[in-house]
Amino acid sequence: MAEVPIDIGHVSKLARLALTPDETASFAQQFAKLFDFIKELQALDVSEVHPTAQVIPLHNVLRDDAVRPCLSRAEALANAPDAEGPYFKTPRILE
Amino acid sequence: MITGHGLRDAVLRRERSAEQIAREALARIEVAEPSLRAFITLTPDVAIARARAVDAAVARGENPGLLAGVPVAVKDLFCTKGVRTTCGSKILEQFSPPYSAAVVEKLEAQGAVIVGKTNMDEFAMGSSCENSAFFPTRNPWDARRVPGGSSGGSASIVGARGVPLAIGTDTGGSIREPASFCNVVGVKPTYGRVSRYGMIAFASSLDQAGPLAADVRDAADALEAIAGYDPMDSTSVNVPVPHYADQLRTDLAGVRVGIVSEFERSLESDAPMSALYRAAYAQLESLGARLLDVSLPHAKFGLATYYLIAPAECSSNLARYDGVRYGLRVADGGDVFTMFERTRAAGFGPEVKRRIILGTYALSSGYYDAYYVRAQKIRTLMKRDFDIAFAACDIIACPAVSCPPFELGAKSDPVAMYLMDYFTIPMSLAGLPALSVPAGYVNDLPVGLQIVAPAFEEGRMLGAAFAYEQATRHAWAKTPPVAAAYAQRESGRNA
Repeated sequence: MAEVPIDIGHVSKLARLALTPDETASFAQQFAKLFDFIKELQALDVSEVHPTAQVIPLHNVLRDDAVRPCLSRAEALANAPDAEGPYFKTPRILE
Repeated sequence: MITGHGLRDAVLRRERSAEQIAREALARIEVAEPSLRAFITLTPDVAIARARAVDAAVARGENPGLLAGVPVAVKDLFCTKGVRTTCGSKILEQFSPPYSAAVVEKLEAQGAVIVGKTNMDEFAMGSSCENSAFFPTRNPWDARRVPGGSSGGSASIVGARGVPLAIGTDTGGSIREPASFCNVVGVKPTYGRVSRYGMIAFASSLDQAGPLAADVRDAADALEAIAGYDPMDSTSVNVPVPHYADQLRTDLAGVRVGIVSEFERSLESDAPMSALYRAAYAQLESLGARLLDVSLPHAKFGLATYYLIAPAECSSNLARYDGVRYGLRVADGGDVFTMFERTRAAGFGPEVKRRIILGTYALSSGYYDAYYVRAQKIRTLMKRDFDIAFAACDIIACPAVSCPPFELGAKSDPVAMYLMDYFTIPMSLAGLPALSVPAGYVNDLPVGLQIVAPAFEEGRMLGAAFAYEQATRHAWAKTPPVAAAYAQRESGRNA
């Protein structure tokens, strides 16, 4: 199996996703199998190839800067786990 | 077999009412659901109200549209205004969208009657429907087996002949593989053909909505209904939508059909599967097609390329589930960052977490060029492979799957599950239209033939699929066990 270069603990912090020790351990094993496939890509010479981000190229898709109907404040807040007045409410952000 | 076009024609001729059709579909669903569990949410009241509106329009002498009175099931990934939309995830278990997806609005504008929201792998990540956060859906041809995924609920209820039409999404095979497993026609359109507005995003450069249908004609009508430019999706392409039903044909005279050498070699060791596909190609030839070998030399890198690009886009798209604006929040003390981490830990299932970690890694500083950019370059090579192939042929015919539907729990290893998409991923990476049409049975279980066309040539692809379907009628050859229960219930009522 391929060696897995991922520091899962570090990446989980970047992803703001808390993992249990069991999850971390099983992901490490599973990624090892996947990297058996991924390492094959490293063998290809792609130095002269342009990357494809999107297969049907469209450029500069713009619209008129005009006011259009949109969600009301009540609709925008309707699914919020917590709200106060016209605001989404979160736990403390700044000390 | 009940077809959508058959029902629509009956409604327009005033032989049947849309309300009666909707009630019958809901009754079949009631019989099928205990064994299949295809739906996360059923909306019978909404359906009856919509059906009555269709009947009223017909009574006024109006034509309600291509899908007049056709009962349709919609994957629970499409926002439906005021109807809970979960995407198969605990993190959206209580989410009630404030607007409907473009696809949903287009269906309703053509007279479709939406009966409910179907089960799926969480955030469309999976190939068996077992990754649903709620429950697995079963295969209507054998309830011990999976319906495929991620559009498993949609495929299951159409395969069970509960409704003639459902809508799914395909990122790496999520319409085609379940269509193959459930013996229905499943179409992944060209990227940009159908608006993604109101679709809950997984991998934005790959996601595309499409129909799962009883037959090719239904798939053609449904695609026409949902396709088209939408200013709300900046990747939707402004090209005219043809009347696909006009492009259905009964012979393939003069059609050059490419057979992918690499795919045939990879199936060689599986005698029943390769025999089934050889018979399918021979059938195309007997309809007048000319078969020729084409090569997709980079197809073997598809899996690795896909499992860098799709998780990368997923990690970015799913960053929005932070417990602030909608969805689950777990805040048991601590600051906002603790809330983010705990909310996401509690709200996402294992497969989603796996892909977020993998994708975050592929995009992270120091690894971005080595993994993500390299994968995008190989995507270019894969697209080029198809360009070269389509210079020699009009369509490609190839396997949709490497096996018939498997039993629940059979693919507990994630990489074994990823391999299920081996034949469908290359077309997704190239953005091409591709479909799966029933091609027969292996051990009495359904298997689909994949047909691929150049970008925006869905009509050519549907035309070829129609010729093959009408010549073979594989889906008509057998009846799923659950359909026998509908008949029993009907006769019980009449007795």
